[in-house]
Amino acid sequence: MIDRRRFVIGGGSGLLLGGCDRLNNSPAFRGVLRSAEKLNMGAQRLVSARDALAREYGEGDMSPVFRSNGTSMPNTDDYARHLEERFANWRLVVDGLVARPLSIPLRTLRTLSYRTQITRHDCVEGWSAIGKWHGPQLSRILDFAGLSTRAKYIVFHCADRFGDKPYYESIDLVDAFHPQTILAWGMNNHLLTVPHGAPLRLRVERQLGYKHAKYVQRIEAVESLATVHGGKGGYWEDNVDYEWYAGI
Amino acid sequence: MEQPAVPSDPVEAEAPPPPPLPPRTAYRHRLPTRVWHWVNAVVVIVMLMSGLMIFNAHPRLYWGQYGANFDTPWLHFAGRPFPGWATIPSTYNLAAARRWHLAFAWLLVAGLIIFLAISLWNRHVQRDLAPRAGELAPRHIWDDIREHARLRFPAGEAALRYNILQKLSYVTVIFLLLPLMILTGLAMSPAIDAAWPWLLDLFGGRQSARSIHFICAFAIVAFILVHLAMVVLAGPINEVGSMITGRFRVPPERAPR
Repeated sequence: MIDRRRFVIGGGSGLLLGGCDRLNNSPAFRGVLRSAEKLNMGAQRLVSARDALAREYGEGDMSPVFRSNGTSMPNTDDYARHLEERFANWRLVVDGLVARPLSIPLRTLRTLSYRTQITRHDCVEGWSAIGKWHGPQLSRILDFAGLSTRAKYIVFHCADRFGDKPYYESIDLVDAFHPQTILAWGMNNHLLTVPHGAPLRLRVERQLGYKHAKYVQRIEAVESLATVHGGKGGYWEDNVDYEWYAGI
Repeated sequence: MEQPAVPSDPVEAEAPPPPPLPPRTAYRHRLPTRVWHWVNAVVVIVMLMSGLMIFNAHPRLYWGQYGANFDTPWLHFAGRPFPGWATIPSTYNLAAARRWHLAFAWLLVAGLIIFLAISLWNRHVQRDLAPRAGELAPRHIWDDIREHARLRFPAGEAALRYNILQKLSYVTVIFLLLPLMILTGLAMSPAIDAAWPWLLDLFGGRQSARSIHFICAFAIVAFILVHLAMVVLAGPINEVGSMITGRFRVPPERAPR
């Protein structure tokens, strides 16, 4: 009797799950689910002021230990050399659809006026950590370079690789010119450590953690994401189907 | 042609009582209620199962603004606590679970808003769901609990109205748990937190909102289990049928004891 009941319950659950898994494997159904991303982005942008600030916390609210995630040590010879040189020769390249392509030495970036913000980092997995970040606003760097009117997205090319694939991320101009979007060189009153993206990482405070590209070497202004790597705007977007818009 | 009057027959008085009337049916659930019930049945199950997959990605819960591996959780599971039969999809896939969860969330929100608008307009809320004067008296609630515990369900006219325990559980789900699920879900969005920072204050931080999200989800699971048990005990064919067709076969009055 119990076996039969278990069989029935198991069978029912199996049928339901089999159905859901099959739907999940159907490109048409996945297309429907994926359309919710645009809806989420549209709705969130609709209710948000363009420059609505993410909450900034006080010193007393900071996480005692800010865990890192993703790459903790980029495994390329190039990065190892930079680390050995303590990033003395690290440069940030700004190119693509800009009037003045730049190659800014890290030490120059660190002399720019910078913003300090204590914000909450929300991982797609569900955890949050609060930390203090220091760095110049991305908008200033983009203004130096002079964005073309054709530019719609800013792509961040990173020094780390997942397997044989380079990490990259991208945001649109609403987030690129947001006052809290900074290229952080410092965290919690110190220079960035390697697990947190030394020597330079993006902070884009209204989106989830995987958008906050670490080890940033190059910023490229593009009109479309389709021609960059896998075409979906980021490593996770290309490889595991995370949403490009990670506002929720 | 006119029937001649039947002369009163003394034998008639001693005949056996007439056979019982065929069971009376009554219209119990209106169309918007029925549509929302079944849409929500699917949506809530999908939300629960995809939510459990998302929870599996970080099976710890915290109170406050922040919370991660080095902080102290109030609930902590090792590994991935929810098995494949309880999650969508059935194998670990955070990205796919988020796609399901964040798409079906729209159906949950839209369904609730439309149902509430219609039900206020057709007075379902005021007439059927709102407790009446006297129903909230402890004595009345206690009597209803005793009736439920004895599995004596309302019959006759009383079966056409929600009893007070039904009202309280439906009101709790519709006006408390579902809105809390939606608001705590939104409070986990970094973009919405920037637009509506009051959400963080309302729940005491993003990690508190995540904890409340999980607690309310399990309160809804508890509701579903009790709800299903009551349907089975009260007569599943009549109950499920009335939620499909709207018509309910009224259980005859019990003989007084």
